[in-house]
Parts: sequence; C-alpha cells; structure tokens
Amino acid sequence: MRRRLDDVIARPLLAAIAFSAIASLLLIAAFILKEGLPFMLRVGLPHFLGTSDWNPQEGRFGIFPMIVASLWVTLGAMLIGAPLGVAGAVFLCEFVPPPVMRAIKPTVELLAGIPSVVYGFLGVMVLAPLIRTHLGGPGLSLLAAAVILGIMVLPTVISISVDAINAVPASYREGALALGATRWQAVHMVVLKAARSGIVASIILAMGRAVGETMAVIMVAGNTPRVPHSALDPVCTLTAKIAMEMASATGLHRQSLFAIGVVLFAVIMGLNAIALTVIRRRTRSAP
Amino acid sequence: MRIHPRHTQRLAVGVLGAATLLTLAVLAFIIVFVLKKGLPTVTWAFLSGMPQDMGRAGGILPTIVASAILPLLALVVAVPLGIGTAVYLAEYTRESRFTRTVRFGTDCLAGVPSIIFGLFGFIFFVILLGMGWSLLAGGLTLGIMVLPTVIRTAEEAIRAVPTAYREVSCSMGATPWQTVWHVVLPNALPGILTGVMLSVARCLEETAVIYFTAGTALRLPASLFDSARPMSVHFYLLAREGLSNENAYGTAAVLILAVLAVNLTAYWSMHAFLRRRARKSC
Repeated sequence: MRRRLDDVIARPLLAAIAFSAIASLLLIAAFILKEGLPFMLRVGLPHFLGTSDWNPQEGRFGIFPMIVASLWVTLGAMLIGAPLGVAGAVFLCEFVPPPVMRAIKPTVELLAGIPSVVYGFLGVMVLAPLIRTHLGGPGLSLLAAAVILGIMVLPTVISISVDAINAVPASYREGALALGATRWQAVHMVVLKAARSGIVASIILAMGRAVGETMAVIMVAGNTPRVPHSALDPVCTLTAKIAMEMASATGLHRQSLFAIGVVLFAVIMGLNAIALTVIRRRTRSAP
Repeated sequence: MRIHPRHTQRLAVGVLGAATLLTLAVLAFIIVFVLKKGLPTVTWAFLSGMPQDMGRAGGILPTIVASAILPLLALVVAVPLGIGTAVYLAEYTRESRFTRTVRFGTDCLAGVPSIIFGLFGFIFFVILLGMGWSLLAGGLTLGIMVLPTVIRTAEEAIRAVPTAYREVSCSMGATPWQTVWHVVLPNALPGILTGVMLSVARCLEETAVIYFTAGTALRLPASLFDSARPMSVHFYLLAREGLSNENAYGTAAVLILAVLAVNLTAYWSMHAFLRRRARKSC
C-alpha cells in the first residue's frame, strides 16, 4: 500500500512545491512594496523622484541625483561591457577552433565567480589611482564604477551571446560561404542577424546586473549624492544609497530606503521582462 | 571606396581577437593580482586563528566557519524546493500556462538583484519573523536567492535522462513516482550536483544579502541564531574601512580559491554527466 500512497501524494505535493519560486517572488515584491509604497504616497512621487536634496533628518528625500548616477553608471558599463563581450563571443564562436572555444567558455564562466567585492577592491587599489593620476579628479568616480561594472558584466554578455550564436544553424553559414562570402561577411551579414535577439537579451540582462550591483559600486563610485557634471565626478547610485544607510536607518528614513528599493525593483523587473520576451520570441520563431 | 572583403576579413579578425584577448587578460589579471598579493598572508595560522583587533591582525577562522554554514543552510531550502519544482515541470506536466508562469517567475527571481534580496530578508526574516541578524535569516534568504539556479539546472538534468529509461521502468510496473525516485533522479544526479555547486559558489561570493540578514559579528557562531560574518563580508569591511590591506588580500585569496574550487567541482561534475550520457546513448 505504501507505494500507492507515495504516488497519490507526489503529484499534489510537487505541484505545490512548483509554486515556491513564484511565491518567493510575490512575497519579495509584497514586502518591498509594503514598506516602500506608503512612503512614496506620503512624500509624493514628484518630490521623491524629481528633487535633488537628500537629507532624511530634515524630511527631504530627493533621489534624482541617485537616479542619474545609476543611469550613467549603467550606460557607461554597457558601453564597455557590451562591445567587448559581444566581440569576444563572436570571436570565440566563429574564428577559433572548437576545442579552444570549449576550453575558454568555461574559463570565462569560472571568472564570473570572482566575488563582486573583489572587483570593487581592485577598483579602489588599481583603477582609481590610475584615473586620479592620468585623468584627474578624485579617482573614485562615475568612470571607475562604469569600468568596473563593465568588466563585471563581461561573463554574462559572453556566455549568453555565445549560446545565441551557437544556436544559429550551421546551414546559414554554409549557405553564405557557398555564395562566396568571406568568413567575416557570413558572420556579420547572416549569423549576427540570426542571433540578434539573443545578443540583445544578453545585453539587457547585463544591464539589470549593472543597475542592481551594490558592493562593488559602493567601493569605487565615491558616494557623493550630487548630480555628476563629468565622468570624473564621484557619484552615489540607488543601490549604494540603500546599502550605506540601511544599518543606521529607522522609521521614515528606513521606509525611504525601501522606496528606493521599489524603484530599483520596478526598473530591473522591467528590463528582465523585456529580455525574457526577446528570448522567447526567438525560441518560438526558431525552425 | 570599397575595401576588399579580404581586408575587412583581416581587420575584423584582428579587432575581435584583440577584444577577446583584452577580456581574458583583464579577468586573468584580477585573479593573478589578488592571489599574488594575498597568498603570502595565507598560512595555517591565518586559516585557523581567531581575528584580533577587528581583523587587523590574527586569522579568519570564524569567517570560514560562517562561509561554510551559510551555503549549507541555503541548500536545505533550495535543494528540496528546486528539485521538486524541476521534477514537476519535467515529469508531471505538459507545457501549459502553469509551466510558463512557473518558468517566467523563476527567470524573474533569477534577475532580482542581491540588494533587494537583502532588503526582503531583513524585513521578513530578521524583523517580522524575529530571527534577528543571524545565520538562519542569512541562510534562508540565500536559499531563496539560489532557488532559480537549482530549478533550471535540475530541470535540464532531468530532461536529459533518456525517455527509454522511463519506458522500461514503467513497463516493469513501476508507478510514476517510483520511476522518478529510482530511475530518473539517480541518473540526473551529476547534473543536479552541478547546479548545487554553482549555488554554493553564488552564496560564497554574495555580500549584500548577508550584510543585511546575518549581520557582521566577528565571533565563532554558537548557534544558528547567532550573527556571523562570512569571508565576503569580512573582506568588504577590512577593505572598506582600511583596517588591514594585508589581511584583506589574504581573505580575498582564500575566498577566490574557495569559489574557484567549488565552480571547478561543478564543471567536473557536469562533464562526468555528459560523458556518461554520451557513452550510454551509443
């Protein structure tokens, strides 16, 4: 009898377990919103998102400079990470013998395991002094944060782009080569067009990573909550603001940090949703 | 003027190759730099000693202990839930609105940044459930964080088990659950192990989540309800507050080696899995 019982229980139990991921996601969203939304309603979105003065003790909660900083840091990181990462992926897939490729891809993914605090520390010890001596400014800056984040997202961009390029049927390439195209012509006229959505998705996912990254950014960005005028100015991103003040925050101040969390959560979920739709469209239209 | 295709070909290969080399060089530089600066500090006394003077001197034993316990707690949450979800998706249902919703939820959860997990763990486990800053709160939050990794890799591993195995099992009168338990899961085990090891690596390198949920106490934790500081957080505090660069590099070196070792185990496990699969399908 016991065996039958196993089987009777298994299906509903597993179905319930299958809800765990969605349930966690909803629970997270609910609690961040529960803490953050009342604050946003109370202070008002125009004040919260649109003003530049952050002084919780005196009831001023403008996060505009942090939004601008997060935006620039993310854009900068993409300017560095996306071309390098996609170029690397194309080179590894199309211009390198498969055995070398099979050795390099896991290596790159292993490197994704470098803890983000280590990236941040190297930013402080190596990159910031370089910027200070050669370009001026305090060193800990928007530029430093963008470069560090750009390096950090490389494994994400490479890994997902490689999958997208490898998923292009070999017959596409062979067709182009048979028509007399050079390897590079086949790649940029045929393969890249076919793999475009996957590559775009890798960049959007990397953007989500960059917006959400915290510890490395705290260490290298300089954390001055002012709207930056140049790439060499120190900046304070949304994530850095939350992480630095959370330990000491209480009451309205803590709620305001959760409200920043709401903004972040909304932006990143939006980016993820776009990336997932792009990927899904590709898999549906694939032959 | 049109450039001859032969030249664009050369140019493209040169530029792409340079970009690839630059990428690999930067990533390799980071590891070599940290190990070169850090390894001289790493001695047996450093690994087994208690920290002194806020970590300025002494060893890092309590942080190693915390770094070992937190991933284990996370696995206690993520492994049963993750494998259960994967079994349900792969064995008990067809593609439907429900499975698409589960996949979408899983992918979204995978994209949630660690600072949000930290905020959630803080307000839910630390405050609402009254766990305080503790290993337990940290481990549970990490468990939710790595759930998507376990689900995805486990589902892939389960789907990679040949259908013939299931058919043989069912034809011998096994029930669906017996087939899953005695045939599918044992064969998918190496693949599942890959996901588990990747999850452990993710927990080891994580800082923001733990900082918010497990606190920063620099003692040997006596119970799961104690606050504790893993290597990642210890390194962060040493580096950020400029307490000791030497010990910071030392901690970073140990941390990187631990993460690389875990990741290598994951790849080795996956290769064993793929090799066995290839042999059996011949």
